[in-house]
Amino acid sequence: MGQGIGQILVYAAVLIALSYPLGIWMAHVYTKEKGDVVERGFLRLLGRDAATDQDWKQYGLSVVVFTIGFSVFLYGMLRLQGHLFLNPDHLPAVPWTVALNTTASFVTNTNWQYYAGEATMSYLSQMAGLAVQQFVSAGAGLAVLAAVARGISRRGGGVGLGNFWRDLYRSIVYILLPLSIVLAVVLISQGVPQTFHGHVTATTLQGAHQTIARGPVGSMISIKQLGTNGGGFYDSNSAVPFENPTPTSNFLEVLAILLIPFAQLVMFGRMVFARRHAWVLYAVCFAIFAIGVCVAFPAEQHGSAVLRQSGVNITNSASQVGGNMTDKEIRFGIANTALWATATTDVSNGSVNGGHDALTPAGGAVPLINMFLGEVEPGGVGSGVYGLIFYVLIAVFVAGLMVGRTPEWLGKKIEAREMKLAAVGALAVPTMVLVMAAVAIVTKAGLASVFNPGAHGFTETLYAYTSQSNNNGSAFAGYAATDFSTTLGTVALYFGRFFPMLAGLAIGGSLAVKKVVPASAGTFRTDGGTFGIMLLGVIALTAGLMILPALTLGPIVEGLMH
Amino acid sequence: MLRALLASVVAIVVSTVVLGFAYPALMTGVAQLTMSHQANGSLVMRGGKVVGSSLAAQSFSFPGYFHERPSATSPAYNPGFTTFSNLGPTNPALAQLVKQNAAAILKLEGPYNPGLTIHQIPVDAVVPSGSGIDPQISIAYANLQAKRVAAVRHLPLATVQQLIKQHTQQRTFAFFGEPGVNVLELNLAVDQQVSG
Repeated sequence: MGQGIGQILVYAAVLIALSYPLGIWMAHVYTKEKGDVVERGFLRLLGRDAATDQDWKQYGLSVVVFTIGFSVFLYGMLRLQGHLFLNPDHLPAVPWTVALNTTASFVTNTNWQYYAGEATMSYLSQMAGLAVQQFVSAGAGLAVLAAVARGISRRGGGVGLGNFWRDLYRSIVYILLPLSIVLAVVLISQGVPQTFHGHVTATTLQGAHQTIARGPVGSMISIKQLGTNGGGFYDSNSAVPFENPTPTSNFLEVLAILLIPFAQLVMFGRMVFARRHAWVLYAVCFAIFAIGVCVAFPAEQHGSAVLRQSGVNITNSASQVGGNMTDKEIRFGIANTALWATATTDVSNGSVNGGHDALTPAGGAVPLINMFLGEVEPGGVGSGVYGLIFYVLIAVFVAGLMVGRTPEWLGKKIEAREMKLAAVGALAVPTMVLVMAAVAIVTKAGLASVFNPGAHGFTETLYAYTSQSNNNGSAFAGYAATDFSTTLGTVALYFGRFFPMLAGLAIGGSLAVKKVVPASAGTFRTDGGTFGIMLLGVIALTAGLMILPALTLGPIVEGLMH
Repeated sequence: MLRALLASVVAIVVSTVVLGFAYPALMTGVAQLTMSHQANGSLVMRGGKVVGSSLAAQSFSFPGYFHERPSATSPAYNPGFTTFSNLGPTNPALAQLVKQNAAAILKLEGPYNPGLTIHQIPVDAVVPSGSGIDPQISIAYANLQAKRVAAVRHLPLATVQQLIKQHTQQRTFAFFGEPGVNVLELNLAVDQQVSG
């Protein structure tokens, strides 16, 4: 296990070292006054909506209209792909319920996949449909974060939060696209295909025919990892050697999962002029990430009850990694798969490099809890931070009650309106998850999707609605697509995206017009360890307590029974 | 509302052209020019024919070949439709599968490894891989199969063990990932050793 721990520690060190300068760069991108020539041309092309300083409602409207418009476009492409070009393997139209769910899934930065990419999607759908969403949904998330940060930092006067189209342009051109190009080149060098030619038929050494799917994979995998998207080209995602061929590609891909999410905390701290406070948030997120890895890695290395009782050799040695190798790949072993499972659910990525359905009860509970907390550790690109702000406000409020003062945050008074928005923002999605999972587990239509028997089947269901509602996209992949599950999932996807986003924007808009209150001796400090512990406690006591009863029916029962 | 809609339409067109076509086309151009082997699927050729990809497992059942890990795809080892097994850690079907696979290995390898018991079978040999096309097996599983392959192919055991060593992909920088043996490459080497 020492080798695995070493790899995880090096990963953590590289993550911290790279997220810091990137965060500084990102803050610069969103605060510089003058845009480049192309930016000005692009905004002029878009017309008057791109020429104004938008208040939170206008900003939100632009995001929503853009997302819905793109949904219609993408749905059309998936339905018509059989008649369109770049379809060398002659794949037919995507069935309408799956197309609807997939559309919702990709425009909301979720990338839940009720289909097998290499056998369902034409190259056109993959690269000009789905992969485009991986850029713009991530870009929109970052844009909203920039807007919220501007609202918070606004010192008197004005309701403007910036312009969505300008922020979207900058997210993509200055952050997502350059990183994607660099990562794609490295991934292709490791063995990720990048071609417009269709599948190859090989004649194996024993004389059988083998169909090898390929396509423009590399250009998609890089943005899939960087933009907290997670939707792969192949069905088994980054477990497939064509998406993730080597330990090098694996290290870079799992680094890409957390890179922008952690960098955005640095960016946020600079934009709201509260760097120490942002480091406290960084530390809290990092602590939750570390706790997850410390649970998942030993649990998977210990192996499952079935494997231990079977008598086969699961002992870690120089010639085998051992442990729960079910649905895991040799080149990654246990440490890298546990690390990935934790990282991908700390944020709203959801890509996997091994099957989550086959994780041990404790190993599978980690990603489930991570997602249920709202993926604020540090969450999806953009969406994570405004999700985290809900908890921060609740923590500030509770602390304010303790010391008997009006709660303040970053120099602004937190009053009834902000508290309502924060409470609703933090609790609406978890509530929806529990209701949906309950409906899906007591109805015949819902039970039809369940693959594994017993408590594990319950976890599958809970995981499915937790993942879609929180826009993660990872799956206990045995959970099957039915008309019922795809439709319920579609509702979860849109609601889970827009509700917290609009609540976050509203808080930004509300704080923008508030006067600054100078800090006094009675002000509760939010830039120290006390606040960090307070915040951890609030996260555990709100969403954490909400999922506990459901956990006892799923992973806890499963763990105790064996 | 109308203004936002107009802006959206333009943005949808521009982003689809730039991100959906120009970007992947650029990457494909660069990839095909500078690293076409990887970009086309790391295909393995023998006698001018494509015999597989070094990144995909294929079905080996002949006793003279090293065998792959189990696969949950349909048919097994299908790089045209990858999938997990999704068998939960307490699923009786997993217990059954492990039992079956272990029994098959004992039957196949037992005659060449006197005294072989289930405790010597490495776990990766009996559980499905993540992709269903994991091209590697553990060193332990390769070593377990070495005596059979040597006997069937009439090769000295030391030669076969040497081939395993040569086709073991070590940790990157001796640090990242886990070592494994590429089965297709190993079997090609065995074939070559036999033919000359």
